[in-house]
Amino acid sequence: MAALSFEKDLDKIRRDIARIRESGGDDDSRLERISTLEKQLENRTLQVFSALSPWDRVQLARHPDRPHTLDYVDRIFTDFVELHGDRHFGDDPAIVGGPAKLDGRRVMVIGHQKGRNTTENVRRNFGMASPEGFRKALRLMRQAEKFRLPVITFLDIPGASPVLEAEERGQAWAIAENLLTMGELKTPIVVTVTGEGGSGGALALGIGDRILIQEYAIYSVASPEGCASIVWRDHKFAPEAAEALKLAPADLLRLEVVDRIVPEPFGGAHRNYDEAAEILKTYVTEELDALASMPIDKVISDRYEKFRAMGRDVVDTLAVGDYDGQAQLGAQGA
Amino acid sequence: MKNILGRRSRSSRDQPDDLWVKCRKCGHMGYRREFEVSLKVCQKCGFHERVSAPERLEMLLDSVDDFQPIAPGMTSTDPLGFVRGGVSYKEHLQKYRDSSGLPEAVICGIGTIDGRTVSIAVIDFRFLGASMGTVVGEKITLAIEASVERRLPLVIVSCSGGARMQEGMLSLMQMAKTTAALGRLHREGLFYASVMTDPTLAGVTASFASLADVIMAEPGATVGFTGRRLIEQIVKQKLPDDAQTAEFMQNRGMIDLVVQRRALKITLANLLALYVGPKDDPPANLRAPRQVDAAVGGSAADGDI
Repeated sequence: MAALSFEKDLDKIRRDIARIRESGGDDDSRLERISTLEKQLENRTLQVFSALSPWDRVQLARHPDRPHTLDYVDRIFTDFVELHGDRHFGDDPAIVGGPAKLDGRRVMVIGHQKGRNTTENVRRNFGMASPEGFRKALRLMRQAEKFRLPVITFLDIPGASPVLEAEERGQAWAIAENLLTMGELKTPIVVTVTGEGGSGGALALGIGDRILIQEYAIYSVASPEGCASIVWRDHKFAPEAAEALKLAPADLLRLEVVDRIVPEPFGGAHRNYDEAAEILKTYVTEELDALASMPIDKVISDRYEKFRAMGRDVVDTLAVGDYDGQAQLGAQGA
Repeated sequence: MKNILGRRSRSSRDQPDDLWVKCRKCGHMGYRREFEVSLKVCQKCGFHERVSAPERLEMLLDSVDDFQPIAPGMTSTDPLGFVRGGVSYKEHLQKYRDSSGLPEAVICGIGTIDGRTVSIAVIDFRFLGASMGTVVGEKITLAIEASVERRLPLVIVSCSGGARMQEGMLSLMQMAKTTAALGRLHREGLFYASVMTDPTLAGVTASFASLADVIMAEPGATVGFTGRRLIEQIVKQKLPDDAQTAEFMQNRGMIDLVVQRRALKITLANLLALYVGPKDDPPANLRAPRQVDAAVGGSAADGDI
């Protein structure tokens, strides 16, 4: 298992435990050593995870072992059929989706998909979706509306694919179209940020009635590196940018950008896929149940109000004397 | 003029007595007065220099005197407490307010184009790269809502480097907010013309700027999602010079019209006539298809159709 720098201690203890286990025998002193080490591991994990810096959180959200959409699909849903293609140009493996059942309830599930190894990452473009991916998602959402299936999305993308080919095929247009369509889609949408919620490419699957975020996921206007190169003029300031961007779940809850934080297993979702999936399933099901009991018109008008309110209360008004240019526009004769 | 529009572009403010102006593209030295008369388009190579929001309004509106601004003094409150190298975002904002004379990067309001009342928003690149934070998002949304409430056509003249980093996720969410408001506008059968000017990128292109009935762009304007510098860093090769120009994007099917600045107002006026109908039609007729047909066939006064 790959380990991040702040996980290295933890991994060392884990290796020690494994070594003692493998050494055989079951004398008391050995069992005692294991139990001491396990206690130590727990304390140390608690210590590390209670003092995560925003930059640590970025690393966790990008953890190479972090479960991806298809890992959750396998564990949360049954009868999933992955559908392919945008019916315009191609199929983008960086976004996956299709109909499935969640405890017998028919749903449409769509998510960003990173690869697990280099070969798969090359195929999936490291999860950086292309216009075809967003258009495939759009096609599936419209299907969901047609067949009255609730939509469940999982967000985990470093950012939309930044290459000229994506530009030529209308990357911005594809994202915008998704925002517009999701805003008025006549079926409930439950969004969960499961890893890296990176910018417009994340938002393109991110308009919904309930926005959940996993405990060690992040959601950000830009990657910390991107923000650092814009604001600090040097991508090396990414840790500072991660701090300033307020991309951790608790900050996002305070800013009312997300509704709820989904807990993860001890030490992060990558330590226990099954448990992570079980918790996520419980939360998503609760939200679906709540939305299913509401008339769809109410769901859609609430969705509008939810996004309409974002940032509305953090603006202020200057007195006319505090700025000179625009105030005079139209206020005086020529 | 200064009383009406406040401070002009940076070049004319910094060098008020300079008779000459050098084209940023071809280096041609021309008379400033002629440059201003040609709406800041180089007379030699046709390069469209960026213009401020007040200048743009003066070019497009019949008169700036009856322009009714929407939320003119709206300003951000630094919701994240964003600090870079000891300088707070609040101080940063004050600097841009001082240099541009604007409280934020967008001017919105109700004005008239060729005798037609429109809701109009113009973004100003001088203010923090015309980035979209909560104020730009809120004011654009208010302009869209004014269009819906008063049943007016909507015109947005965009430019932007993208979402404003200093307001974090609240900036990203302005894409969702403006787009949702546009959904209502389109359902109400109202006309929206988007004009992309140099540069229109990232979160602004990927939201309200590209969701119009007609998308126009100025010649040579950079239009796209990811900026050239980042693309070149990632693919490690230089992009062709014309990549992401308005003409390039039109060629790829993303833009309806590339319009010379001097033709922008008449083009808008013509489109308004075609989509909205005769000037004297009451706004309630906006949605009636037969009225629109009649306007297309029988309204010579509205332009050279």
